[in-house]
Amino acid sequence: MGSKKNTVPFNGTPEQEKKLLEVIESLKGDKGCLMPILQQAQDIYGYLPVEVQTIIARETGIPLEKIYGVVTFYAQFSLMPKGKYKISVCLGTACYVKGSGDIYNKLMELLGIDGGECTPDGKFSLEACRCIGACGLAPVLTINEDVYGRLTVDELAGILEKYSD
Amino acid sequence: MYRSHVLICGGTGCTSSGSMKIADKLQAEIDKNGLTSEVQVVKTGCFGLCALGPIMIVYPEGSFYSMVKEEDIEEIVAEHLLKGRIVTRLLYKETVTEDGIKSLNDTAFYKKQQRVALRNCGVINPENIDEYIGTDGYQALGKVLTEMTPDEVIQTILDSGLRGRGGGGFPTGMKWKLAKNLVQDADQKYVCCNADEGDPGAFMDRSVLEGDPHVVLEAMAIAGYAIGATQGYIYVRAEYPIAVKRLEIAINQAREYGLLGKNIFGTDFSFDIGLRLGAGAFVCGEETALMTSIEGNRGEPRPRPPFPAEKGLFGKPTILNNVETYANIPQIILKGVDWFTSMGTEKSKGTKVFALGGKINNTGLVEVPMGTTLRTVIEEIGGGIPNGKKFKAAQTGGPSGGCIPAEHIDIEIDYDNLVAIGSMMGSGGLIVMDEDNCMVDIAKFFLEFTVDESCGKCTPCRIGTRRLLEMLDKITKGQGTLEDIDKMEQLCYYIKANSLCGLGQTAPNPVLSTLKFFRDEYIAHVVDKKCPAGVCKDLLSYEIIADKCKGCTACARKCPVGAISGEVKNPHVIDKNKCIKCGACIDTCKFNAIEKK
Repeated sequence: MGSKKNTVPFNGTPEQEKKLLEVIESLKGDKGCLMPILQQAQDIYGYLPVEVQTIIARETGIPLEKIYGVVTFYAQFSLMPKGKYKISVCLGTACYVKGSGDIYNKLMELLGIDGGECTPDGKFSLEACRCIGACGLAPVLTINEDVYGRLTVDELAGILEKYSD
Repeated sequence: MYRSHVLICGGTGCTSSGSMKIADKLQAEIDKNGLTSEVQVVKTGCFGLCALGPIMIVYPEGSFYSMVKEEDIEEIVAEHLLKGRIVTRLLYKETVTEDGIKSLNDTAFYKKQQRVALRNCGVINPENIDEYIGTDGYQALGKVLTEMTPDEVIQTILDSGLRGRGGGGFPTGMKWKLAKNLVQDADQKYVCCNADEGDPGAFMDRSVLEGDPHVVLEAMAIAGYAIGATQGYIYVRAEYPIAVKRLEIAINQAREYGLLGKNIFGTDFSFDIGLRLGAGAFVCGEETALMTSIEGNRGEPRPRPPFPAEKGLFGKPTILNNVETYANIPQIILKGVDWFTSMGTEKSKGTKVFALGGKINNTGLVEVPMGTTLRTVIEEIGGGIPNGKKFKAAQTGGPSGGCIPAEHIDIEIDYDNLVAIGSMMGSGGLIVMDEDNCMVDIAKFFLEFTVDESCGKCTPCRIGTRRLLEMLDKITKGQGTLEDIDKMEQLCYYIKANSLCGLGQTAPNPVLSTLKFFRDEYIAHVVDKKCPAGVCKDLLSYEIIADKCKGCTACARKCPVGAISGEVKNPHVIDKNKCIKCGACIDTCKFNAIEKK
């Protein structure tokens, strides 16, 4: 994680914090509540910077280092913000044998970032994901909720252009 | 009463190609044509034939429309639903015969399948509990609660020979028996469902959850009654949003109907189920890791014993079964042991669902009796390999499994046969590879996965798999030696023998099994510095065949690094020092004059 660039400073709003406090309040007593709290916190903020982890530690009494341990363990949790458009390339086996590795490499080249990073303007972030289960459409990538299947490397530039706003 | 039903697939595969937009458009067209009270649109789970999605079936005729687009809807409504004329051009070609259409069950894809775990997928609306009840749903739960003792339930599952479908193949009834009897004075026990399908390229469990969520709830309640538990947890991947949503709906409906909660069927048995979302860690498919994760920790496994049947979730006796295992249970209770044991082989009873993917025509979900040959699955059901390529190997068991080469294509698939040739059943991913896939590259792909997913708790797995990956990387770059291959093999056995959990113990399998069946490919990488399949970039070289080259200059203009030179109308040459092996020249050449070696 250390080598990745975090290019966007934290700017959480009071509304977000209020929502988070409500979530913590409603789940605090449950056995094993940390994961659901983190999942909802990530929904609220889009990622889990140390500032958010600190609030959770303060409110639940769970030590910050344990929270950090859990956050860094699971692929779903991100310490860095995602782009406005979140690109996920499926590197599940079915997509991989149909060439999704080339798709991923080409996107890194086109965007000028490594996997797991976000472009400095905050627009695109790129990540590899495991099977999303659309193996019939392999190779597949998703940009936010949009799914692109049966891809070739040549189509990528055109697809990125659709997100020029 | 509706005179016609249109079933449209709402599984992840078809949804990704737009089936929900199509369903909305269909409903709008039906309303526009005044057919609202005559035709019902039903969003179902997966039909299985994902390669042809989006899929739609119109009953009573049973017309199977494939690869439907939004712009086709007007025609389907105007012609078929209004005038009763089937839109032939959109039918799945296999179902079209000279004198009309044949049933889907007679097509090559479905004919040899036997749907037990998937019986309701693509048949009922998974968001409506009444449709599940209409297909005998919750009858098995009623039967066990009112007619059977817990011991009788466990004996039935034992007698059925059902083995865990998540990969290990441990007898399910044995697990239940241990959880019931090992600790007599437990104040609480738990029933867990492993729906953390992490194997890349496997989507069987997701399809059951999306297509028939109630079957899992019913089976978990049966398990709860058998072992004496009142609380269940389903640990499901957060990456499966549709499955999560349908489970939530199903749990709420079951509670409303009194099929979960207090005093089910008026008995003194109470049982409820909670959902826990996984957060993307493959190791959490391991039972102790999964329970540690539900408890809100890093999902690291712990040594066994004690086994979960004694000390599991929150330190209490716990059973954990996977989704497909549960999907078999209500039918075993209702139809009986003899029915179930009539399917399968001597030691592997029943059916198995496979997610068929990779280089195969009919990508999708298939369920066949245990003991069906790989050839039947690939050539008949799967429809063979696309583009006339040759079958090279099938990979089962994902990152924990191995490959089955062409010479073993007649193997009868069951737990023991697969282990005997160095693979494993795994959860049911079945990826087909053709001659264009490099087996060293595939082994490297799986090792990258395990290195990424190793939790880091034990050294053999954390460091061993990384060293293994480094050696594979060296080989694919043409820098390996024969000694590396031997060292790699030794290291594989060391990791297998010394890792803490199943992830590490099976991580070397992809390497060992490719070494066993495709050692010549490794040797080609090491000795000849060649990748026979033409995948490993560092080992490729591009050459222009002078006899075939017309000197049209197309490749020279396309080459991004200016590595190709030559006079017009004279053969060109590639400067190998400049060439970046992007392959653009091959795609450009109209005369097949460029060779990749």
